[in-house]
Amino acid sequence: MMEITLQHYLILSTVLFVIGLIGVMRRKNLLLLFFATEILLNAVNIAFAAISSYYGDMTGQMFAFFIIAIAASEVAVGLGLLVLWYKRTGKIDLDTMTSMKG
Amino acid sequence: MEAIAFYTFAILTTVMFLITVLTNHALYALSALAAGMIFISAFFFMLGADFLGAIQIIVYTGAVMALYAFGMMFFDTTRTVVESRTSPQIIFGLSGVAALTIVAIFVAPIISGNITALYPAIDGVGNSQMVGMVLFTKYLIPFEVAAIMLLVAMIAGIVLAGKKMDQSLTLMKDEVECETKEKENV
Amino acid sequence: MELYLYTALFAPIVGSLFAALFGMSKKNIIAGLVPSALLFVSWLASLKLLIYILGGGEEVHVELMTWMATGDLYVPYGFIVDQVSVTMMMVVTTVSTVVHVYSIGYMDHDKGFNRFFAWLSAFVFSMMVLVMSDNFLGLFIGWEGVGVCSWGLIGFWYHKETATWAANEAFIMNRIADLAMLIGIFLVYWNTGSIQYHEAFAAMPALDTSVLTAMGIFLFIGAMGKSAQFPLHTWLADAMEGPTPVSALIHAATMVTAGVYLVVRANPLYDLIPDVGLFIASLGAFVAMFAATMALVNRDMKRIIAYSTLSQLGYMFVAAGLGAYWVALFHLMAHAFFKALLFLGAGNVMHAMHDELDPFKMGDLKTSMKWTWIFMTLASVALAGIYPLAGFFSKDLILEVSFVEHHYILYTVLLLTAGLTAFYSFRLVALIFHGDDRHTENGVHPHEAYNFMLYAMLPLAILAVVAGMIFKTPYYEMVTQVLPAVEYHIHNHTTFWIMTIGTQLFVIASIVYAYKKYAKAVKVDKKVESGLLYQLLYNQYFIPQFYEEYFTKTYRELSEMMWKLDMKVVDATVDGVANVFHGTGKATHEMQNGNLSTMLRWMVIGTVVLLALAAAFTFGQSEGVVKMLSGLGAI
Repeated sequence: MMEITLQHYLILSTVLFVIGLIGVMRRKNLLLLFFATEILLNAVNIAFAAISSYYGDMTGQMFAFFIIAIAASEVAVGLGLLVLWYKRTGKIDLDTMTSMKG
Repeated sequence: MEAIAFYTFAILTTVMFLITVLTNHALYALSALAAGMIFISAFFFMLGADFLGAIQIIVYTGAVMALYAFGMMFFDTTRTVVESRTSPQIIFGLSGVAALTIVAIFVAPIISGNITALYPAIDGVGNSQMVGMVLFTKYLIPFEVAAIMLLVAMIAGIVLAGKKMDQSLTLMKDEVECETKEKENV
Repeated sequence: MELYLYTALFAPIVGSLFAALFGMSKKNIIAGLVPSALLFVSWLASLKLLIYILGGGEEVHVELMTWMATGDLYVPYGFIVDQVSVTMMMVVTTVSTVVHVYSIGYMDHDKGFNRFFAWLSAFVFSMMVLVMSDNFLGLFIGWEGVGVCSWGLIGFWYHKETATWAANEAFIMNRIADLAMLIGIFLVYWNTGSIQYHEAFAAMPALDTSVLTAMGIFLFIGAMGKSAQFPLHTWLADAMEGPTPVSALIHAATMVTAGVYLVVRANPLYDLIPDVGLFIASLGAFVAMFAATMALVNRDMKRIIAYSTLSQLGYMFVAAGLGAYWVALFHLMAHAFFKALLFLGAGNVMHAMHDELDPFKMGDLKTSMKWTWIFMTLASVALAGIYPLAGFFSKDLILEVSFVEHHYILYTVLLLTAGLTAFYSFRLVALIFHGDDRHTENGVHPHEAYNFMLYAMLPLAILAVVAGMIFKTPYYEMVTQVLPAVEYHIHNHTTFWIMTIGTQLFVIASIVYAYKKYAKAVKVDKKVESGLLYQLLYNQYFIPQFYEEYFTKTYRELSEMMWKLDMKVVDATVDGVANVFHGTGKATHEMQNGNLSTMLRWMVIGTVVLLALAAAFTFGQSEGVVKMLSGLGAI
């Protein structure tokens, strides 16, 4: 086995990020869409942690922390809105949310 | 050893996230996502970011996933999620292009050459201690702002979801309908 | 005196604006009375100024305010009342007051009564600006103002296609000439550095003759357009589509004489270039003859008078061209009175005959329209130049001028024309008022016009009789203070008497011949009418057809070509731009369907594009790639 370099982590991060992208584009259910966004954030976290480790710099980890904080806030607010929307319409399908139609 | 661990966890994470993205069952998706989160923390431990790994498990698997689980209690999780599909060619095409571009940028030779550490890790100091030193000196204000943000998000979550928690959800189709019902109840 | 000047100048525009207030409403007699009264005030003010100038007063020169002051160019709203302009002011205000009062009766049943007075008073104001301005630019403004008002009044009955056509024709013909006039004014400013009359004329003697010739020619082309001289004459006959008072005021007495006024005003210039003067005189003589011949056979009452106007304008230009400016101005004045009278009489006839214009369908109107008959006969006698009426003093003077200046060809032409003038004038009078009754069969029962209209015409009738006799001496003494004072006397008494009496006899013979031929039952001579000469004259020398064929049609074809070019290039470009935006909007409005999923997809596309850009710049900056690309010769 060859040595694991930064590139390996970055490519892994990319792969996970793209999986998240696929989810974002593919999902029509709002809750499952949130899952996909979590994947995006985590993919980025891996990249930050890897760069932080390979360059011996703490900044990457700091950013990873803040991203986790943001993810937590997003989940709290997003879920609140989701529940509210579900209570009003009984649906959380994206295709029914077209009130911003131009 | 490191390589084996990396590849194992990489494959596991990828599979978990793929399940999350592609499955039609909300419960599977949730479980797979939680598993993926935990596998990701393994990378953090491998990279020596012990504190970050712990946080990952606590916050994501503990808090966020629990939140999602509670959120899902509103819905019927046993039912298959029916979604109208858009053409997969577009989705996978776009994703493929994005992936290729990002990878191309990452492997470009100029990236790695000229980066110097802004806050270098000090030998002999544990990771948690190091995090604490940097976070409470250099990133104190962002840290406090993040704290306020979390507070705001918490209040928002409660206010948004918590309103009229005592009322029947299935009958609540419309705000106007609710109000008429409220009056009847009174 | 300045107060009188302002009163004379601005009273008409006040009247015009007042009438314009009622422009869209139903006929209101006030809209006619007020402008007429204000014009009378203007006339009184002009009279006061005239008396002041006659009494040896200094010329009144005012600058209302600065109009333009840019660099070396300084143009004020300056007005001057001197011997020349006061003469013109008197002519304009007298005729226009009469015509206004007359119009109250003439336009009695017209729907556009109020509008008519607004236009007519606006015309008088423009004319006053034209004659009172102390610089070329002010003159030009008045010049254009009368052009616009003329357009509005010729096309007054805008529902008639012929009227609108005639209005446009007049306007466009005048634009051609006005362009030349503008060039003339530019030349004056360019070479003398001023467009104030006195400064410009003072600087002119120092200039090169060729420059002066160019100035003179261009200014004269402007005068040709306004005064309908050949070859820009066709509009005047067509302008008779307008109401008859308009023809009397604008197309006989005032506006068309503006060209003569310009030449008279620019006398210091034309004195320096006698060759151009001779050309003007020759053209004038030609037009006099040319128009008179067309009037001989025409069958339209108003057109006959219009051609007669043209012919008389030719006379004026002969006098002006030969340097006898005061004679030209004098004939202008006398002509204004009797020609306006003639037109107003024709207006009465038209009203009585229900707008019938062919004198061959009239006849024997002297019984039913006695006063009109008297007025028109008087005007015709004056026009023919019989002693002691106005025409004799002014027109014979022009003949004498040409004789004294030894231009015998001009003299002969003018003498012949005088005979023709007498003939066609009395052909008209005889056909209308004498002979057998040809109108009753058409179911027309003529009646005399309102009394106040006849009273309004009376001052003109009196002036037509006495203007020559009484005014000649004081007028001469007055205007020669600013115009070259040349007395034209034939030194040999025998020659003088032979000429005068000969001319008189010739004219009287023409009149008698006209009466003989037309005052009895009219016999139509088929042989003459089918003759080449008659056809040539009747069709106005085929000049309108020629213009139609070679200018109008060519221009139309050119316009159509340009129209196609416009549609296919300019419009297509503009439409294309609009279509591109409309098309992209249409194509992309699906993006805005409000569906979050679609938006997310677009967001991803945007991310990919940005990533691609980032990648492109990354590789573009990296040295290896630069080397590779430069090796390929791409950079």
